[in-house]
Parts: sequence; C-alpha cells; structure tokens
Amino acid sequence: MGWDTRENLDSVLQGRGGIAICNDRSLSPEDLPVALLDWDELGKRFLGICGKENPKHYTRFEKAGILSVYEALKNSSADPADPECTLILSTTKGNVELLDHPDGFDKGRLHLWKSAQVIADFFGIKNTPVVVSNACVSGVAAMLIGRQMISSGPCKYAIVLGVDLLSRFIVSGFQSFLSLSKQACRPFDSERDGLSLGEAAACVILSRLSGGVELLSGSNISGPSRTGEGLLLAIRSTLGGQEIPKLISAHGTATPYNDEMESIAINRAGLSEVPLNSLKGYFGHTLGAAGIVESIINLEAMKQGLFPATRGFSTLGVSRKINVSNETRTGNPDTLLKIASGFGGCNAAALFKLLPWS
Amino acid sequence: MELINNVRIAGGQVHVRGEALFSLAEKDFRSFGRSLYKYLGISYAKFYKMSALSQLGFLASEILLKDHESSGLDPGEVSLVFANSSSSLHSDVIYQESLENKPSPALFVYTLPNIVIGEICIRNGFRGEGVFFIQENFDKEFIFDHAEELISSGRSTLCLAGWLEMDMEGDYLADLSLLI
Amino acid sequence: MDELIEKLKVELIEQLNLEDMEPGEIEATAPLFGDGMGLDSIDALEIIVLLEKEYDIKISDPREGKDIMYSVASLAEFIESKRS
Repeated sequence: MGWDTRENLDSVLQGRGGIAICNDRSLSPEDLPVALLDWDELGKRFLGICGKENPKHYTRFEKAGILSVYEALKNSSADPADPECTLILSTTKGNVELLDHPDGFDKGRLHLWKSAQVIADFFGIKNTPVVVSNACVSGVAAMLIGRQMISSGPCKYAIVLGVDLLSRFIVSGFQSFLSLSKQACRPFDSERDGLSLGEAAACVILSRLSGGVELLSGSNISGPSRTGEGLLLAIRSTLGGQEIPKLISAHGTATPYNDEMESIAINRAGLSEVPLNSLKGYFGHTLGAAGIVESIINLEAMKQGLFPATRGFSTLGVSRKINVSNETRTGNPDTLLKIASGFGGCNAAALFKLLPWS
Repeated sequence: MELINNVRIAGGQVHVRGEALFSLAEKDFRSFGRSLYKYLGISYAKFYKMSALSQLGFLASEILLKDHESSGLDPGEVSLVFANSSSSLHSDVIYQESLENKPSPALFVYTLPNIVIGEICIRNGFRGEGVFFIQENFDKEFIFDHAEELISSGRSTLCLAGWLEMDMEGDYLADLSLLI
Repeated sequence: MDELIEKLKVELIEQLNLEDMEPGEIEATAPLFGDGMGLDSIDALEIIVLLEKEYDIKISDPREGKDIMYSVASLAEFIESKRS
C-alpha cells in the first residue's frame, strides 16, 4: 500500500487495496487473501538506512519496525537521543516465526522486549522500551500508554510503534478458527465471511509539544461479552462528558461475529448516525499494528477534509444501524473515535481531535 | 494507594503476604497447579482447558481475592495490570508443535499473554481496565505507577497488578498484588 | 451406531481436555453446548478438527456445525451419514 503515510493514504483514497491471493505454501496450505509487505523492497530500503549495521543482525520484524520509526522521525522534531524519549512497541507476536525457522537467531530473540530493545538501540533511544501485547487492541492501548507517560511525565516524546508480520504460526491459527475470508474481506457487509490478515509497521510520535492532532482520552477495557458490553464501556469511558465524535474508525474485521457485536456497541452508545469506516478492506487485519495504521490514515485524511470509504462494503449486514459507506465522504470533522476489540475480551477506544492549525 | 494483599507462587511454593500457604515439591507446573487448585477447593471446570500461564494467573488471582471481597464493587471498578518476560511463549512452543499434526484452536487461543486477563475477568465478572506489558525483568515501579494512575484518576477502585511469568522451559513466577 | 457413540465420547473427552470426566457421565442425547455440557465455541472448533482428524470429514463453516453438534448422538448420525 505504501512506504510512508502519504503513499498509504493515496492508495486508500484511490481505492487501491493491498489484499491479494497468496499461494505461498510455506504460509498456508491453501490459497489465501492476505496483505503482505514487499519484502524484497523492504530489504533494499533497510539496506539504504542501516549504515554500518549488518542487516543480517536484524529480523524481518525489526527491519519493518526500524523503517517505520525512521520514516516517522523524518517528519518530526523529536530527538530519539533525548533522555526523555521512550519507544513503545505494540505487537501480538513479534519474532514468532523464529520458532519455525530460527534463521541463525538465538531463541532469546523470541522475547518481545528484546526486539523492542534492538529497535530502540538502532536509534540510540536511551530509555528501556515499553512493550504492550494486548491482542488486537495493542495499537490503541500503546498510544494511550504513550499519552499517559507524557502527561504524568517525565516523558517528552513517546515513539509508538505497531508491528506484526504474518507467518505460518499466525495464519494457521486463524485458519483453525475458520475465521478467514475466501476473498478480500467485506467489513459490515451482508456477504462478509471472515477477516483477511495483513502485515504492517506503523509509527506515531506523541509529544508534549503541540502537533497537529491531540489524543484527548481513551480507555482499555477487559470484559468478554457477546453483546459488546466491554466495547460499550470503553466508548463511554473515553467519551465521558465530551461531545459525540464526528467520525469513527471502527475495528470492522468482517467476521460475522465482530461486526455484529461492534454495531450493537456503537448503537447502544448512541453513535449510529456518526460516519464510520473500517480500513481493513485495504490493509487487512494487521493485528498489533492495526490501531495505529488505521488512526494515522483516518487522521491524515481528515486533514484533507476526507473520510475514506469502507472498501469491501456494499450492503449493510449487521442488525443495528451504523453509518458506513463504500464512498469517500467529505467534510471538516475534527474529532475521531478509534475503537478496537481483541481476543481475550479486550476493547479499546481513543478519541483524537484535529487542532485548528493542522 | 494501598497494598492490601500479595501472593507469590514460584518453585512449588505459595506465599501470601510472606506467609507460606502451600508447597509441593513438584517440578512440573501442570501437576503443581492441579494440586494447588484442589487444595484451594475451587470448582471451575474451565481451569483444565487453560494454558499454564492462564492457570498460574487464575490461581494467583483466586488466592489474592479470597477474603478480599470484590463483589461489592461495580465490575468496571476492578482493573488488571500485568507484565511478564516471556509473553505466551510457553504456549507458543506447544502450538508450534501442534502444527505437525492439525493446528489446534484450543491451543492457539492461548498464544496471547492477555488471555489470562480475560480468564480472570470471566471468572469474576470484571469489566475494568486491563493491560499486559512485556518486560525483561519485573519493573514493579512501572506497573504500580500504572495502577496508581488508574486508581487516582478514578478509572479503577481495585487493581490486581504484578508479574505472571511462564517461560519456555516451564519455570514460573507469579507475584501479584491487590491495590486500592 | 452405539459403538460409534461410545468411541466419540472417549474422543471428545480427550480432544476437549474434559478432565475428570468419564464416558459414562456423558448422555448421548444431552445437549453438548449451552446448559448441557457447557461447551463453548472453541470446543466446537476442536470438534471440527476431530472430525477431520479421525473421520476425514471437513467442515469449513462453523455455522454448519451447529446442528450436527447438538449432541453426541447427532454427531454420530452425521458421521454415519457421511460414511454411506
């Protein structure tokens, strides 16, 4: 879909999705719609930035993470060497593929904190990285942790990075759940039949200084429920006494269960009329990166007065009314509610506000 | 913020606020866990389906919450803040091995560390804030600071916080505290 | 058919980790899910794995499994129907 925010946003606005049928048998015994990164290109780009470092000392996961942070730092005044700069890594499985093929790496590299340290060391970030592993809400949770660290200090910059890659481990697991779609996923659609997995690395840099977007509030609730109770609580806790958000970036994985549960929670929260989208039809479900990828794309689109279409959606297939569309919408909304749900009954919500000068 | 209880489970021994509660010279966690479960007189069939990490967290939380009634609280008032070093690697290894035959959904479901939070919430009906961190070593200050923030901001009244480690070799350590 | 039902009971206990349960305790016609034996959606997926592993029957839509898995007896009936 792209190697920086602009490229990814352009792809989305032009309706180009990254999900394609993959017939790599090392990934899956059957053909599968997935959104994979271009690893040849990634390798070349990493070579271009790694300087004296030997690329062989970095796993695929770490390379993707490093490239993303590198890109984010290019457009930021944040100094990674600042003693008040911390890396926050959001991931579900990190280097799990090393269980299948170690590729010369020590099994210590399977530890998520180790990968985080490798990435932090690349940039000379002095503080011990924080690692959040909370299933598919990790991305949103990590941004909220960053926000909290900055507001309670001493933390000037929080580099929040979300990365997850696909491997036989992950793909086979979702296959055993019978939760994968046969074609590119169709969020909230009546014909939806499951999710499409994707890989991504995404980075936002939070700081105490004013940027273009403010992260106002958020909540990370654990509470398994079939009726979206946990998600509803997260939404209510996040919105508190605030106004209704102008836009919603839904989780919208396109499984029959998730989308239905999400529509119930959105409805009960009184947000049925709020324009909503799911970006998983473009990127697939990128697990630990999802919350960050989807927030970034929607926020950047908002700066241009746009709200991306829900790729894959055609006819409403959930029991509650929600305001979803397969067309790009225009306007000047300034607040975005990002929501996510994950295995283990976790739910997260974060409220963003575009600042006038962005 | 006040610490009102603490449980430590490691090397076949269980201590509550420093006092010995139970011990069993048993190297294998599964056997130890089963014995502790029976000793505590719990009846919760789902226990047997849980991963080792989830069983560890479940047992630690049962001990932690015993005699400290959380039932008077709104379910949204109880939060869980956990950390470990190995994430769900103990279960991941087992799942990876199952790929030789048929991938097992019951094994895959435990290949995320936060599932233990879900299990404790289901057991107790909790619906509050929950987060799982991965740290090289137990950074108690960080975890307790996070718990403190949840409590002082009013987002939580009671917090289960601490370390739940089940490494790839099956060595385990639970150090959970109950904070208000 | 009775033999298959008894065989299934043993297999279910093993596949689903139903500790401390004896085949004799499982009623052939009692509901497996909900109030019956209290199995959940992950158990349903494990039963699908069992059907493929032991009986070479592939179910790709979990919703298809709902009626088939009502009880041990209905599961046995389904397997029998696939054999003939």
